[in-house]
Amino acid sequence: MSIKLITALTAMIPMAAQARSQLNLPQGVTEISNRVYDLHMTIFYICCVIGLVVFGAMFWSMIRHRKSKGRKPATFHENVKVEILWTVVPFLILIGMAIPATSTLIAMEDTSEAELTVLVTGSQWKWHYRYLDSDVEYFSLLATQREQIENKFDKGENYLLEVDRPLVIPTDRKVRFLVTSDDVIHSWWVPDFAVKKDANPGFINEAWTKVDEPGIYRGQCAELCGKDHGFMPVVVIAKEPAEFDAWIAEQEQIAQREKEEEQRLLAMSMDMDELMELGERVYLGSCAACHQANGEGIPGVFPALKGSPMALNDMEGHINIVVNGKSGTSMQAFGNQLSLRELAAVITYERNAWGNDTGETVQAADVNAFINE
Amino acid sequence: MSTVVGEVDQHDDHHHHAPSGITRWLFTTNHKDIGSLYLWFSFIMFLVGGSMAMVIRAELFQPGLQLVDPHFFNQMTTVHGLIMVFGAVMPAFTGLANWMIPMMIGAPDMALPRMNNWSFWILPFAFTILLASLFMEGGGPAFGWTFYAPLSTTYSSDSTALFVFSVHIMGISSIMGAINVIVTIMNMRAPGMSYMKMPLFVWTWFITAFLLIAVMPVLAGAVTMVLTDKYFGTSFFDAAGGGDPVLFQHIFWFFGHPEVYIMILPSFGIVSAIIPAFSRKRLFGYASMVYATAAIAGLSFLVWAHHMFTTGMPVFAELFFMYCTMLISVPTGVKVFNWVATMWRGSISFETPMLFALAFVILFTIGGFSGLMLAITPVDFQYHDTYFVVAHFHYVLVSGAIFSIMAAAYYWLPKWTGHMYDEKLAKTHFWASLISVNVLFFPMHFAGLAGMPRRIPDYSIAFADINQIVSIGGFAFGLSQLIFLWVVIKCVKGGEKAPAKPWEGAEGLEWTVPSPAPYHTFDTPPEVK
Repeated sequence: MSIKLITALTAMIPMAAQARSQLNLPQGVTEISNRVYDLHMTIFYICCVIGLVVFGAMFWSMIRHRKSKGRKPATFHENVKVEILWTVVPFLILIGMAIPATSTLIAMEDTSEAELTVLVTGSQWKWHYRYLDSDVEYFSLLATQREQIENKFDKGENYLLEVDRPLVIPTDRKVRFLVTSDDVIHSWWVPDFAVKKDANPGFINEAWTKVDEPGIYRGQCAELCGKDHGFMPVVVIAKEPAEFDAWIAEQEQIAQREKEEEQRLLAMSMDMDELMELGERVYLGSCAACHQANGEGIPGVFPALKGSPMALNDMEGHINIVVNGKSGTSMQAFGNQLSLRELAAVITYERNAWGNDTGETVQAADVNAFINE
Repeated sequence: MSTVVGEVDQHDDHHHHAPSGITRWLFTTNHKDIGSLYLWFSFIMFLVGGSMAMVIRAELFQPGLQLVDPHFFNQMTTVHGLIMVFGAVMPAFTGLANWMIPMMIGAPDMALPRMNNWSFWILPFAFTILLASLFMEGGGPAFGWTFYAPLSTTYSSDSTALFVFSVHIMGISSIMGAINVIVTIMNMRAPGMSYMKMPLFVWTWFITAFLLIAVMPVLAGAVTMVLTDKYFGTSFFDAAGGGDPVLFQHIFWFFGHPEVYIMILPSFGIVSAIIPAFSRKRLFGYASMVYATAAIAGLSFLVWAHHMFTTGMPVFAELFFMYCTMLISVPTGVKVFNWVATMWRGSISFETPMLFALAFVILFTIGGFSGLMLAITPVDFQYHDTYFVVAHFHYVLVSGAIFSIMAAAYYWLPKWTGHMYDEKLAKTHFWASLISVNVLFFPMHFAGLAGMPRRIPDYSIAFADINQIVSIGGFAFGLSQLIFLWVVIKCVKGGEKAPAKPWEGAEGLEWTVPSPAPYHTFDTPPEVK
């Protein structure tokens, strides 16, 4: 019996050790995140000691100074010396905490002399990364399948913490993040870097990191930003500097090729089936979060596209709102998020799906003409 | 004293005795009736807000979306917060103030009885408006109880207008309640009741009332600016028109931080009455308790931006707010040390009010520790907007403020009803609440440290076990409160007759009048030596 118990307990030790790593702040992979972790643990231990003394005295009283033990109450009710002591001692402890906290904070806020700058822009509900030193920019969207969220498929290992295009940064270089937003306030957070900075619309915040180890680091939006706040993860891949340089050069080339390809495709027109197929894919990726997969929207919050006069009659207005968004609402400008082909396809889709049977197609050239007008 | 009360009864025909039935409650100007109304109202709101918490915990029981869609989930977190802050905790304290302050200072009633009636009776309208907004097209407020712009302006649904008016009414009610408390305390103390002889509950409420008058207008300003930004084309919080969304947070937290002390200072007063009573020993350091309360209230105006460390403040502002916030732990520590010193070498017994008061001291202190950790700016960058914060403020608000309200209810129930409550059942309520509240909120610390953001309807599978435990604790805590309802109803209906002073070590004028307290007390002021 007792042997069984011991075996069972020993078996639990590695489990407990493993669990512990998920129960505490991560130490992270930067010098700053390690300093933050140490600070966290120091203050935690100080609190534990104070707690032990205070609660110890309380429980001592509760056990020893009971009426049921026939205790007669003492009559003292003040003692200036003691009272001064327990005002001054905590004050000194606080000074002891404030010194390392101040130096860490000053180091964290020093964004000078960065070797690479990334502009991070939040919008409902995705992140956009632009490398200011090179001609590379892209959106980063949740990659977890809808079916996993709706419990139709099994959940993967990185459920809700995976994106289609992660941010890539080099290790051993100081990377500066400029953080802003296109709509509401978001907050860009990577626990392993100890970086959390609010993305405020109309203002730019700064943060920085210098990662020690290559790897994949995951975080989430930390500020309530509307319906899908829980579904906009942050994923960062840190690569060795040489690998990173190769990667960014490749990305520049790809971006260049895509631009050329797009110009070439302008001359070609797609048929209805192609447009509808691509359009549905784009719609589910970029539009369905608000307007819903069935095009009915959420009454009072996000308007329906099914049967909407704009989708049925006003083609120019339709292209305009998709390309430029509608200021003062959640409707974003998709002109810089989607390619001309994708814009044309999604507008066609919206004009022909769910019984919006206009039979009209919109071609990339039409969208291009509108933009260049 | 009983002779004084006998005299009072002979004068009864001078009073316009309240009519019976519903009109007694509608038109009452009696502080005891209004106190009861406030307390029942707050308990109903506690159950309404609590059932929203049950929806939240049910959805979070497992990863994935099961019960509600994310938009409705956001409405639940928002309205749960608003109801618990403005509907449960604050009215409960106002109810206790109404019942107890006149009796504690030897006054016949509150100074402004008609305003007292009004300040209560506008509250049900405020909360009807707020709850009704949930049934509007587009749903109720879904931007968190902190309603950060521009999520609450440009990007909110049209129920925002109802939210704004409902908060206005709550604010008007609170301000009127606070004015009443201040006027009563300043003018209606019995002869000999100098300020430094007032019970600490009266002192802490006196200071709380000043905080309320100082900050409720700021909240009213914030919601008005949200209203005009949304509907009248102003740009207070919109950078495109020259405004600043972070300005909203400064205004909100300039209200919000004193507000959290509004919800805890009266608790300090309650616990400072109960611990001496059941330790049969005078409160240790009365004067330093008063000064500490005043110090906390003063500092509360200098720390608001510690809620905003990640908004991108200049480093010197961050340092200033970090140091001021850390300083608050000094007067708060003094209070805890004084309570422990009061118990030290006392003669302690453990009736339910004492149990809740002791749990308050320990669990509030744990909430204080996590508060100190949150004050440290560099580490706050990690804690901010995670479940660590959720754990922190629920420790100070649920096992802090609400436990103290429970303690107060058990302590004064015999005075209010004339009956002793069922001690065995009450102790069951205590132990069930104590265990479940810790199962509910303690694991949240770990979820937050491991990286779970707050206000999300779905989470990474790494947090699945913790959330399951938390949800079980939540359901257990919610059900435990039904025991409380049962104890109170049982006590109102009958039970062992309570003497004028049911607690051996209790002190104060409220114990000099019979139980239940007569409809009118202290028509002739008592003499305080």
